[in-house]
Amino acid sequence: MATINETQDELIEEFGLFEDWADKYEYLIDLGKKLSPMNDAFKTEENVIKGCQSKVWLHAEKQGDQVVFFADSEAIIVKGMISMLIRVLSNHTAAEIMQADLYFIDQIGMSQHLAQTRSNGLVAMVKQMKNYAIAFHAIA
Amino acid sequence: MVDKFDIEQIRKDFPILDQQVNGAPLVYFDNAATTQKPQMVIDALNHYYTHDNANIHRGLHTLAERATTGYELTRKKLKDFLNSESTDQIIFTSGTTAGINLVAQTYGRANFSKGDVILVSNLEHHSNIVPWQMIAEETGAKVQVIPVDDTGVLDLSAYKALLTPHVKLVAVNHVSNSIGTINPIELMIDLAHEIGAKVLIDGAQSVAHFEIDVQALDIDFLVFSAHKLFGPTGVGVLYGKRELLEAMPPYQGGGEMIKEVSFSGTTYNELPYKFEAGTPNIADVYAFGFALDYLKSLPKNAVWEQEKALLDYATEQLSQIDGLRIVGQAPEKIAVVSFVIDGVHPQDIGVLLDKFGVAIRTGHHCAQPLMARYELVGTCRASFAFYNTKSEIDLFVKALKRTIMMLS
Repeated sequence: MATINETQDELIEEFGLFEDWADKYEYLIDLGKKLSPMNDAFKTEENVIKGCQSKVWLHAEKQGDQVVFFADSEAIIVKGMISMLIRVLSNHTAAEIMQADLYFIDQIGMSQHLAQTRSNGLVAMVKQMKNYAIAFHAIA
Repeated sequence: MVDKFDIEQIRKDFPILDQQVNGAPLVYFDNAATTQKPQMVIDALNHYYTHDNANIHRGLHTLAERATTGYELTRKKLKDFLNSESTDQIIFTSGTTAGINLVAQTYGRANFSKGDVILVSNLEHHSNIVPWQMIAEETGAKVQVIPVDDTGVLDLSAYKALLTPHVKLVAVNHVSNSIGTINPIELMIDLAHEIGAKVLIDGAQSVAHFEIDVQALDIDFLVFSAHKLFGPTGVGVLYGKRELLEAMPPYQGGGEMIKEVSFSGTTYNELPYKFEAGTPNIADVYAFGFALDYLKSLPKNAVWEQEKALLDYATEQLSQIDGLRIVGQAPEKIAVVSFVIDGVHPQDIGVLLDKFGVAIRTGHHCAQPLMARYELVGTCRASFAFYNTKSEIDLFVKALKRTIMMLS
C-alpha cells in the first residue's frame, strides 16, 4: 500500500502527462464518472455538506486500524476531485490522515476548486475528512 | 450624443472587455451580476481622489465644496434619470439590499402590525424576501407569495385574489434576476393602489435596460444598485414618495442625519439627509454620475435594440443544442437566457466555460424559491449588455457545445 505522499506524487505524475487544460479536465471528469457509487443509505442529512451550488456527501468508517471514506457529489468535476481525495486519504490510519499535507491539488493546478469556498463544498469536505480522522484517533 | 450605435467604439469605452482569460478572449456574459464600467467612470474615480477628495456638507474649504458639489450633482442627475419630483427623494444607500432593508426597518416597522400582509412574488431575489420575513416576524405581519407560471410569468389573477384589504405593501422586482421576466409593474401598481397598498419596486435588474419614470408609473418606493448600471460598487439608490419618506422614522443614527443633538433629545435632518447617516461613499457616488452621463450619450433606444437582437440570436442558437432547455420563456423579457442541460450539473458547465474564457453565472441566483418552483438545483445564466456582440455569442455557443461533449 502506497503512502499518502506516494499517491500524491503518482497523481502529480499522471497530470504531468497532459499538455493542455482540456485533457486534464477530461481525465478529471473520467475519474468522477468512475468514482465508486456511494451507498444511498449513507446519503443522509447528517452526511451532507452543502455548497452554494452543489452538495457533497461524505461518510467515513473504521476498518481495522484504517479509515475508509465514501463520498459523492451532484457535480462531476467535484466528483473527480473527490475521487482523488479518496485515493490519497482512504485506507490510511487516522494519525496518517490527520498529519497529511495535501500538496497535490496545488501541483496539478486544481486549487481553484478549493478556492471556490462557497460554491462546491470541497473545502468543507477536506476539513471533514480530517475531523473524522481526529475523532477516530481520539476513540482509538 | 453619438448618432449611430458604433459597437467597436463602445467596446473601446469599456477597457476591461479587451483581455484574454485562460488563453482565450474574454466573453463577459454575467452582466446581471454586475456590469462593466466605462472609462469615464474609472477616470472620474481617479480624478476625485487625485484632485477633490474631502468630507462633504460640513467643511468650509474649497475641497469640501468641490466634493459636496460632485456628490450632489449625481443626485441631480438621478432626479432627471428617474423623473423624480425632487432631489430630496433620492437617497443614497450602499445598494439594492440596503434600500430594501431601510424601507422594511423604517416604513415596515412603523406601519405593519398583526394580520397585515406583505406580498412578494415567486420571482424574487432573496434580498426582496428575507428583509420582509424579518420585519414580518417582528410585527406579526405575514408574507404571502404571488405565484409564477411555467413560462416565468406572474399569475395576475392570483395576484388580484391576493390583494385583500390586509395587504399593506407589495414588494416585487421589475425584472427577474434569474430568468429575465419583465413584470407588468404599471398594472400591478395600479391594482395595489386601488386597495390602498403601497408598492416597492426592486429595479436592480431593470434600470440598465430601460428608462423608469417614477411619476408616470406612480411608484411608491424604487431601489436599485449603481454597479448594475455601469457605475461603481457600493452605491445604491432609494427613491420614495415625499410624504412616505417624511413620515418614516430615521434608519441609522449618527452624523449627517441630525439637525440638533443634545442629551435631552435630538432632532433629525431633512430629506434626503435624514437617511444618510455617517460619511457616505462620496467617490463612488460622484463617479456613478458619469455612468448616467455615458448612458445618456448613447443613441436613444440603441441599448434596448442591441440587447433585443442579442437575446433573439442567443435564444435561437441555444435552442438548437440537444438536451438544452431554456428556463423562463416569458414573452416580455430582458436579455437574459437561463438554461439547463439534461443530465449535466450547471456548476460543471460554469467551471468549463470559464476555461474557454466565457463568464456566465451558474447556481440558484439567490432565488431558491424560484428554483424550487421549477424543481431545479440551479441554472446556467447568460446575461447580456449592449456592449456584447453576436460573435461573442458564437464563441459562447461553440464553447458550450465542446463543454457538453466533455461532460457527456
